Amino acid sequence: MDMVTAVTSLGRNGLADWLIQRVTGVILLAYFLFIAWAIAGGVDYPSWKALFEQTWVKVFSLMALLSLAAHAWIGLWAVLTDYLTERLMGSTGNFLRITSQLVIALGIFIYVVLGVQILWGY
Amino acid sequence: MLQVSIYRYNPETDQQPYMEDFEFDTQGRDLMVLDVLEQLKARDSSVTYRRSCREGVCGSDGVNINGKNGLACITPLSATVRKNKLVIRPLPGLPVVRDLVVDMSMFYAQYEKIQPFLQNNTPAPAIERLQTPEDRAKLDGLYECILCACCSSSCPSFWWNPDRFVGPAGLLQAYRFLADSRDTATDERLSRLDDPFSVFRCHGIQNCVNVCPKGLNPTRAIGHIRTMLLTRAT
Amino acid sequence: MTALRTISFDGVIVGGGGAGMRAALQLAQSGYKTAVISKVFPTRSHTVSAQGGITCAIASDDPNDDWRWHMYDTVKGSDYIGDQDAIEYMCSVGPEAVFELEHMGLPFSRTEEGRIYQRPFGGQSKDYGKGGQAARTCAAADRTGHALLHTLYQGNIKNETVFLNEWYATDIVKNQDGSVVGVMAICIETGETVYVKAKATVFATGGAGRIYASTTNAHINTGDGIGMSLRAGFPVQDIEMWQFHPTGIYGAGTLVTEGCRGEGGYLINKDGERFMERYAPNAKDLAGRDVVARSMILEIIEGRGCGPDGDHVMLKLDHLGEEVLESRLPGICELSRTFAHVDPVKEPIPVVPTCHYMMGGIPTNVNGQAITVDAAGNDHIIPGLYACGEVACVSVHGANRLGGNSLLDLVVFGRASGLFIEKALREGIDMRDASESDIEQGMSRLNKLEAATGTDKIPDLRKELQNIMQNYFGVFRKGEFMQEGVSKLAELRGRIEGAALPDKSMTFNTARIEALELHNLLEVAEATAITAEARTESRGAHARDDFQERDDENWLCHSMYYPEDKRVGKRGVNFKPRTVPTFEPMARTY
Repeated sequence: MDMVTAVTSLGRNGLADWLIQRVTGVILLAYFLFIAWAIAGGVDYPSWKALFEQTWVKVFSLMALLSLAAHAWIGLWAVLTDYLTERLMGSTGNFLRITSQLVIALGIFIYVVLGVQILWGY
Repeated sequence: MLQVSIYRYNPETDQQPYMEDFEFDTQGRDLMVLDVLEQLKARDSSVTYRRSCREGVCGSDGVNINGKNGLACITPLSATVRKNKLVIRPLPGLPVVRDLVVDMSMFYAQYEKIQPFLQNNTPAPAIERLQTPEDRAKLDGLYECILCACCSSSCPSFWWNPDRFVGPAGLLQAYRFLADSRDTATDERLSRLDDPFSVFRCHGIQNCVNVCPKGLNPTRAIGHIRTMLLTRAT
Repeated sequence: MTALRTISFDGVIVGGGGAGMRAALQLAQSGYKTAVISKVFPTRSHTVSAQGGITCAIASDDPNDDWRWHMYDTVKGSDYIGDQDAIEYMCSVGPEAVFELEHMGLPFSRTEEGRIYQRPFGGQSKDYGKGGQAARTCAAADRTGHALLHTLYQGNIKNETVFLNEWYATDIVKNQDGSVVGVMAICIETGETVYVKAKATVFATGGAGRIYASTTNAHINTGDGIGMSLRAGFPVQDIEMWQFHPTGIYGAGTLVTEGCRGEGGYLINKDGERFMERYAPNAKDLAGRDVVARSMILEIIEGRGCGPDGDHVMLKLDHLGEEVLESRLPGICELSRTFAHVDPVKEPIPVVPTCHYMMGGIPTNVNGQAITVDAAGNDHIIPGLYACGEVACVSVHGANRLGGNSLLDLVVFGRASGLFIEKALREGIDMRDASESDIEQGMSRLNKLEAATGTDKIPDLRKELQNIMQNYFGVFRKGEFMQEGVSKLAELRGRIEGAALPDKSMTFNTARIEALELHNLLEVAEATAITAEARTESRGAHARDDFQERDDENWLCHSMYYPEDKRVGKRGVNFKPRTVPTFEPMARTY
């Protein structure tokens, strides 16, 4: 039986990926509800700044940030391994998929670095 | 007159598949889709499909009927024909051999992959292995699968990864053995399923449940497998 | 034509149903190179349609049950032309074979004690008919055949049997000594014809219910093994014995298990009368199938049938309650709703006797070895050829099979064939190779079909054949009608053998397969017709208006049909079981 190798999957096994996807999903949902609640009360610059000066908000935001990175990686990895495969398009599939993964990895990296900088850099 | 449209492709003569239209007189009877195919084949012997038991237990004649996978022999016209039109295509996602006959080898390979046989490492008793009616009841809704492939061939995850995603039919059988109180290979079985593709390509869209001609629920079985994997790992 | 490919195996099994896969499993476990040729993917074989169960004295329902009681029932059910040594073997080995299936994973229904659930079936008794109704049929709900067939396929996957799926065996290949050295087979997907060479060729091709217009049998039950065997010049035994199952769904022909009556259902006529009480005061609806089928036809003939045409009776189940029906007979509820448009929870199911099972077949011994008889009446083993399951006539069913005995037959004798072949292979099988001309002989029918120019269409000819059999060789038979039927079949032979193939393409050409199947149907039909006409008595499933009594003086024997001269002969029945006293023929009442 061919054991599926998936070096590019995040948790390296199905259960870990699946669990990460669920947990990060819950965190993201909670974060977006929190943001929605914050916006719903009406925002101006001082109150928004005050909100983000609290440590727990920074931690929560960082959690959401990392969650989004993991969630996006796993989700997009699943999409790419559905549509861009050797079975469907030969070696082109592999090339396109790996290239896309590199671009996505870069994007997520930049996004995380930028996010951390915004949260803790000021 | 019923307008019947059938997917035709003979690799020896056709460059491309095409839809062939037939006029069909039902004489007011509510025939099964298979009856229609049989009568069309009597007219044109080159119309090709599989069939065997004609009562929905052998699983030969899974086809796509008016856009939905099902068994031709137990799908009455009244249940599928709208606006007097009957469109019959091969099961989607599998290579077409000829007309409505598809190559099911990838489907069968996934079935074999889950080791679909009871494994018990204790010596067999002189009589049967005992099993309570409650334990036996856990197999209901699982063992009845007829391997018609209606479910797996309606599953987009199986379309994209038929070589790596076990698919609803195979997973239903995987759970049939995981759920069997007589099977002792639970751990090995779970280990073989714990990769990103075999089970976890299921995104729970329930196309399989929607088409299963035996009324089985592969999505629920897949959920049980995930729970077992999770319980084992935590 | 390009050079013919040959593929070789130790054992090749033709047919992927219960018998074939049980034989294959035995051989594969022994490590011999084993292949199964199956014209459909194995789990699509007709065993899958068996519902009620597998009859066997495993002493679950009754701890005192005895395989000898089962043997008594089977001998009586056979109307005394079942071979008692074979029945003894089947009934005594049965429990072991059934437990093996359970160990392989067959999901039997269970009793509170955790044992295999057994239900009452027709013709079952305790204490040699003196102890009342027995419950001896081991069941997996009403899907026992499905559960059994899938379990056997799974066992073969485990043991890595080679499957030539969607390959179709066309004819036997004999060497110059007349030994069977394999078969010609077509790979349906590519159309390639291949010589499959084997030291042991096992026919497990099932029945041929499709010779009748109304049958519970699958489309694929076309008697391929019988056809091939007859064309090779080998005789068939008791081929006039066809079981009509009392409860085929009216109009559709699909089977409603005897288990319905075992669970307490019964038949009623248009007056709502439980008429079996008149015909079989003791066993009532659980009398032998032949008895029940005849009683139903008599009710219909005498004007007490149901429906606007008075041409069927009703099977009443609603009094059993929804819970029993949905747990014990879920498949029946499904079939009844689909094919009879009737919900058995609320209304009775319209049923009519429908062709169900071929008791006759290739004569074999308990090892599955095929037998022919010489001019002096002595048995001879046909080297290389074996048969098991419905295609074989061991004979354990004689003139009438009991419900639940077919599944037991196929596992016991599939297993026995495998065991014997394993031993024979170990001791060494030495047969001369087939020559070019032997193989050419095996190809002759295929070549003839490709060159045929007749204008009749295969489906029309098939329908004609089925109607002849239905009208002239049904539940009740009569000499002059049968003679008419025989001559109609003779006329049909020319047209069938001459019919051209309109589509000669190679890829998955099911029209070619159907043409070849029709040849086999014709062989079975003609053998049935000629032998039925010759047996001038009524016994078991063979009921004649012009010879209404059983004639033990002349016909307490097997019929043998010899294809070369279409002659009917006789062969003695075995009355010498090894471990129990002979069951002497008695009047058969239920």
